[in-house]
Amino acid sequence: MAKVELKINGKQHSYDVEDRTLLVNLIRDSAQLTGTHVGCDTSQCGACTIHMNGVAVKSCTVLAAQANGADIVTIEGLAKNGKLHPVQQAFTECHALQCGFCTPGMIMAVTGFLKDNPNPSDDEIYHGLEGNLCRCTGYINIVKAVKKSAELMRK
Amino acid sequence: MYSFNYVRAKSLKEAGDLLAANGEAKLLAGGMTLIPTLKARLAQPSHLIDIGGIAELSGIEAKDGKLSIGAATQHVEVARSAVVKKAIPALAYLANLIGDPQVRNRGTIGGSLANNDPAADYPSAALALGATIVTNKREIAVDDFFQGMFATALDAGEMIVKVVFPVPMKAAYEKFPHPASGYAMAGSFVAQNSKGVRVAITGAGPGVFRWKEAEAALGKKLAAASVEALNVDATDLNEDMHGTKEYRANLAKVMTKRAVAKLSGK
Repeated sequence: MAKVELKINGKQHSYDVEDRTLLVNLIRDSAQLTGTHVGCDTSQCGACTIHMNGVAVKSCTVLAAQANGADIVTIEGLAKNGKLHPVQQAFTECHALQCGFCTPGMIMAVTGFLKDNPNPSDDEIYHGLEGNLCRCTGYINIVKAVKKSAELMRK
Repeated sequence: MYSFNYVRAKSLKEAGDLLAANGEAKLLAGGMTLIPTLKARLAQPSHLIDIGGIAELSGIEAKDGKLSIGAATQHVEVARSAVVKKAIPALAYLANLIGDPQVRNRGTIGGSLANNDPAADYPSAALALGATIVTNKREIAVDDFFQGMFATALDAGEMIVKVVFPVPMKAAYEKFPHPASGYAMAGSFVAQNSKGVRVAITGAGPGVFRWKEAEAALGKKLAAASVEALNVDATDLNEDMHGTKEYRANLAKVMTKRAVAKLSGK
């Protein structure tokens, strides 16, 4: 068993999990934060994207034990004081979702890459979203939402 | 996943000792290949020794015409590094094409080289640039390092500490990624130094290989037209639902021509 002490959305947690437990399972089952989704479980679809120490990672391909001591932010941790994060706001305004399954991962990926590139071109957005799949193929509005997010965040 | 014992090593020495003491152990850094492999139950290590947090395994340095990159340095760091962009811009370009952003945030250069996936990007850069793989035991010239599909010269208990690339005069990488996986269907890394030109092809064969006919022709004249009349021997190339041997041979040639065109500024 592994003892995993980590911060999730600003709150300190401690769990005893099997050494082979995946971070996404700790987040969903132990911490009961089910906004982070498991889509493909093969690190392709990006539905499980969260931030680990400030960078976007696929939590289905990280062991919980590797996150011992880490600072984790999930989709539940983005809104502050009842106010949506600008990326969440932009996804809402642009209707950047259809079924919504990929949305938490999309939003976490976008907040990750906008930190490094606050004003991305279309090509940079496509490159930045390569790790996230939308099976409804609603990419046009997702790309619009990324641009809107960037605009809101620059204000 | 089968069960295993997870151990986080605090230093290079501790990692080496743990590896030596546990014959069935595997090293874990980014885990971008190892964790999917474990999930598919294709490996059953007794221990996973996490070396991802060891400071001495990470970092980028350019000195005396050589670029050194620590084994646990993530792709994202290589892609963004001003030092890499100045010394070997083709390497930063290559790193930015690996996987996707989340994968680049975790995956490491040492992991990519040690795994030697036939369609991985880094092996082509290491082979074309004539890199030296520095391990906890010795230095291995890249020409001796890659030994076919998923095989390397690394002994049990040996781990990569850093990779040293001689800075070339010119270098370029071009790949045709599989549209779903992003892995190279064929990729070509072309590098020119004072000794000549080296061309390394990834993705097309069972392991990265040098296209020596192209090297000889490009050594005489560094222009895309020099490889026009040549063909990559398709005999031993990969063939699967994504493409035939001949398709991959042609793709390798096209990627080489594009890389050469980029290198010569045309």
